[in-house]
Amino acid sequence: MSSETMLRTENLTFEYIRRDEEGNVEGITTAVNGVNLEVKKGEFISILGHNGSGKSTLAKHFNALLFPTEGAVWVDGMNTSDAKNIWDVRQEAGMVFQNPDNQIIGQVVEEDVGFGPENMGVPTKEIWERVEESLKTVGMYEYRKSSPNHLSGGQKQRVSIAGVIAMHPKCIVFDEPTAMLDPNGRKEVIRAARALNDVEGITIILITHYMEEVIYSDKVFVMDKGQVTMQGTPREIFSQVDKLKELRLGVPQVTLLAHELQKRGLNIPDGILDRKELVSALKGLRY
Amino acid sequence: MAIILDHVNYIYEAETAMARVALNDVSLQIPDGQFIGLIGHTGSGKSTLVQHLNGLMKPTSGAVYFDGKDINDPEYDRKNLRAKVGLVFQYPEHQLFEINCFLDVCFGPKNLGLSQKEVELRAYDALKKVGLPDEYFYQSPFDLSGGQKRRVAIAGVLAMKPDVLILDEPTAGLDPKGRDEILDLISELHDTLGITVILVSHSMEDVANYVDRIIVMNKGEAVFDGAPKEVFSHYKELEEIGLAAPQVTYVMEELREAGFNVNTDATTIEEAADEIMRIFQ
Repeated sequence: MSSETMLRTENLTFEYIRRDEEGNVEGITTAVNGVNLEVKKGEFISILGHNGSGKSTLAKHFNALLFPTEGAVWVDGMNTSDAKNIWDVRQEAGMVFQNPDNQIIGQVVEEDVGFGPENMGVPTKEIWERVEESLKTVGMYEYRKSSPNHLSGGQKQRVSIAGVIAMHPKCIVFDEPTAMLDPNGRKEVIRAARALNDVEGITIILITHYMEEVIYSDKVFVMDKGQVTMQGTPREIFSQVDKLKELRLGVPQVTLLAHELQKRGLNIPDGILDRKELVSALKGLRY
Repeated sequence: MAIILDHVNYIYEAETAMARVALNDVSLQIPDGQFIGLIGHTGSGKSTLVQHLNGLMKPTSGAVYFDGKDINDPEYDRKNLRAKVGLVFQYPEHQLFEINCFLDVCFGPKNLGLSQKEVELRAYDALKKVGLPDEYFYQSPFDLSGGQKRRVAIAGVLAMKPDVLILDEPTAGLDPKGRDEILDLISELHDTLGITVILVSHSMEDVANYVDRIIVMNKGEAVFDGAPKEVFSHYKELEEIGLAAPQVTYVMEELREAGFNVNTDATTIEEAADEIMRIFQ
């Protein structure tokens, strides 16, 4: 494996045992089934998939919250199943979850952000430096003395992200970070994720149900029944409108409009991703 | 069974140093059978507003009338009101608790004091209406998928036979197909039962596709109230208050700026496609 690889899974399979109320085994569910994928350092990756497709289960393997039943996961060259790596893996691969209220524990924003580095045994002086730097990165520095209770959903989620950045991860996994936010909050969080990728060079793995959020990724993986069924650039993926619909997914509204115009006979290319592309394609038709 | 809000104000922790205005002089009429989208960013007062509609919250000043009667009158039968104005909260599946779906849906009508037979008839009927397959009726609701759980939770409210159905972000957390399925179901319930539906949503695309009236909340005030086309024509003002028009509305605006002679009031893909095809023919 080259040193350029952030994350790699080999034949990753995860099974869990379903039990009834008395604890008798009812059956075995395979949530992730033989996944092979590789993410390079500095990439922005998105994972799509319907509810129950296995994408969150997969993501929890990336920072050693779950361990493969079969196969293996390497984070920056470390095998996550090896007990001696577990703390290093969790420090290198941070995770941001769906509900901001479930991941904020501090009474004051800056205390919350300091929690991670404190647990890593970072010296006090450096903790405060990291807190300041992380809050500035997500644009929440002016709220450092506020109570998290008084923040909006998008702001809380940015504080959660700052808490992860303060641990100096190389990679951050976002598991549906915008599902509970309003349009403004969604924009704030996605903007923060993109900035971390562009400016800090942190590898980003974004799991989402919002198709508009993935159009800037370097690569998209689509999960179904625990397997990766499609992978490619956003353009390659969103060119396949009908296949995505079969997988209970959609495409951005602009892509859908372009697809509809194509069906009605206009000669525009596949996989239009944003408004600018659609307008210029239509301009091209006129002249 | 119209609802009228007359100069409703609501202040959290009134008369303390923490006082915050959540509703500011809201006056609205909600006639029978409308399909309404209620939008606004987090903290704009949407949830406070809907909780006034079934008497869960009482205005600091002003009045709420249901079917011509003041619901905050001490004599008013608010228990019956809560059956008539059904509220489906965000992530309603978190409120499922019974050992099977059927019993869970029975809980509401049972509390109305109906006979066992009537309770069961209503529960059966409600589960049928939300399209839950028969084989799930006697399964634990916790074994169902997210979308199915949400159907069961909606059935629990439908079994109360409401005249007004209010849903707070009914599609949050669902995948795109799941979102469409729940919205189609709500639209079908609106059409077949003839009930009033109020859909609280963050998704402008969803709202544009389904409702016939949009109410926009900002800082506790109803700032826009009208047909989707009319409301979304104010897309610049909507952006200033943290909202946006559907993507296709922006496409049409940009086409016009690029010199295409198009009408810019399309709010759905269908309308936008029709309009674009019109100029290319």
